[in-house]
Amino acid sequence: MTGATTGAMLEASNVTKRFGGVIANSDISLAVRPGEIVGLIGPNGSGKTTLFNSIVGFHPVDAGTVSFEGRQISKLRVPEIARLGLLRTFQQTRVYGRMSGLENMRISVPHKHETLAGMLSRFSPAVDEKAESLLEFVGLYEKRHLNAGDLSFGQQKLLEFAMALMNGPKMLLLDEPTAGINPTLINGLIDRLRRANAELGITLLVIEHNMRVIMNLAERIYCLAHGELLAEGAPESLRTDQRVIDAYLGAH
Amino acid sequence: MTAAAKSPAKSPAKSSAKTLATYAVIAGAGLLGPLVLPAFTTQFAFLWVMVTFALTWDVLGGQMGYNSFGNIVYFGIGMYVCAVVQVAPFTDLAEYNSAYGTQDIGLTSLQYYAGLGAGCLVAALVAVMVAFVLGSGILGLRGHYFAICTLGLGIAAGEIAAGIDIIGAGSGMVTPLYPGEIGTRNRFFYYLCFALAVVTFLALRRLYAGRFGLAINAIRDDEDKAEAMGLHTTRYKTIAWCIAAFFLAISGGLVGNIIGFIDPTDVAFAGATFGVWMVLMAILGGKGTMWGPVLGAAIFHVTQELFWIYLLGWQRVALGVLIVLIVVFFPQGIIGWLRERFPHRFGRRIEAASGEAEEPAQ
Repeated sequence: MTGATTGAMLEASNVTKRFGGVIANSDISLAVRPGEIVGLIGPNGSGKTTLFNSIVGFHPVDAGTVSFEGRQISKLRVPEIARLGLLRTFQQTRVYGRMSGLENMRISVPHKHETLAGMLSRFSPAVDEKAESLLEFVGLYEKRHLNAGDLSFGQQKLLEFAMALMNGPKMLLLDEPTAGINPTLINGLIDRLRRANAELGITLLVIEHNMRVIMNLAERIYCLAHGELLAEGAPESLRTDQRVIDAYLGAH
Repeated sequence: MTAAAKSPAKSPAKSSAKTLATYAVIAGAGLLGPLVLPAFTTQFAFLWVMVTFALTWDVLGGQMGYNSFGNIVYFGIGMYVCAVVQVAPFTDLAEYNSAYGTQDIGLTSLQYYAGLGAGCLVAALVAVMVAFVLGSGILGLRGHYFAICTLGLGIAAGEIAAGIDIIGAGSGMVTPLYPGEIGTRNRFFYYLCFALAVVTFLALRRLYAGRFGLAINAIRDDEDKAEAMGLHTTRYKTIAWCIAAFFLAISGGLVGNIIGFIDPTDVAFAGATFGVWMVLMAILGGKGTMWGPVLGAAIFHVTQELFWIYLLGWQRVALGVLIVLIVVFFPQGIIGWLRERFPHRFGRRIEAASGEAEEPAQ
């Protein structure tokens, strides 16, 4: 059962990941179809980020397979998977701290077809134009010459999102995109995520703790608990699922 | 990251006029130096060699954040390869070296210049190939592991060279005699060293302004992130080392001819002197900047020469004290320190120019 037959863009089948005696992911299967926005929720330590790491090749899986656009990627390395168009952002933001926001954007161009001459070349005005328009898109244009390391945590998250878009991915795995972001900005961010999905055609898999955000954003949601897949379904059905309420949502 | 190359300054016309003036002063001093003070020609030549050292070390050590103590390998390789290319076409190399430099192969001017040119070129290519092979192997290491590994390379290279009979083994190798007067010879090599430093500077400045510069800066700031963004990190790292090796090998070829005698461990693979100085000069001036290594090399070289003149017998002690003072008072280097104190002069903005970026864009 591969992505090619089911029409899934990303498909994890029976993925298991152990760290010593700890089973971080146990027999997890999930599938994301092209163009979807899918949520991934669960209590702290339930294995969400571990699953992301397994998908993008950060560590090998102990059992199971991951495929992207019908292609097995479980054995590929992180940069190779990224170059296929499957990109992730980090929970703790990761930007190039001693470079300006604009420079962070410039070096985030796609690296799929890169010749030696290309590696030693200058940036074309088209790259700068795209970088600036994306900085504008996330609201960081005015701060583009600041060192990325001097930006606030929330701004760094936005910059990281813009860098991911600059890379022209087919699919983005976002690890808590709204954590640490000013509540008034969150609505703007949800809007931008939707636009990235609708206008740029980027499929999204989003880890999120903010229930208001994920219930609004996602078409389908997977819920993990204790390293196992607890439930899957539309936001409404998950909200009323007793197992999810017990493990994660609580009575409210 | 470089002040001069990437400053998004408010008045580009003014800052470019300043840059031009700086270049003009350096070019003037570089061209006229040996004519005004002919007695110091060789010391001046070494000043430019030091600039090349610091600039090439900074490619990995500063811009990419990989401390290498093994760059001296490429210098030594360049020195030997160049000398061999100069000598081998005209006599039997083993015989030449077993004569400890007493065999005069009497090169004509044409033979000498052609040999030197070919020697430097071949030296650079061989060094690039070695850097490619070594880099592909050990640039997968990070941080301290890489540093220690390169330290081992430098030491090993000297010992290996001292064991190869055809290049004179432990007793070293003599470079061919210059077909002309000693004064002309010194000036000739001075201008070559000057040209090499200038070309190295301009080439690096050009590379840092493009994708290569940002890629190695990204590797310095967060290599895991760079990988997650699909950057060909290993390729960029290997290219960076090849670029450093290229220019270092040429400087090795020139220095071998200036000194006239290649000792495997004290001249060619001189890790304890040249190898350490490369690091110090870049750190003193400010690593990861364009002008830092240049400034650091100039200050270091002049200070060192003064110590030799005025503190003879204590020059090594004075040098040691200088190193301690540098690290204690200028941990970021001189340019780094200046940039922290006067960020606006370097085109770095602390606050946003106008508007508030917190506003959601429409």
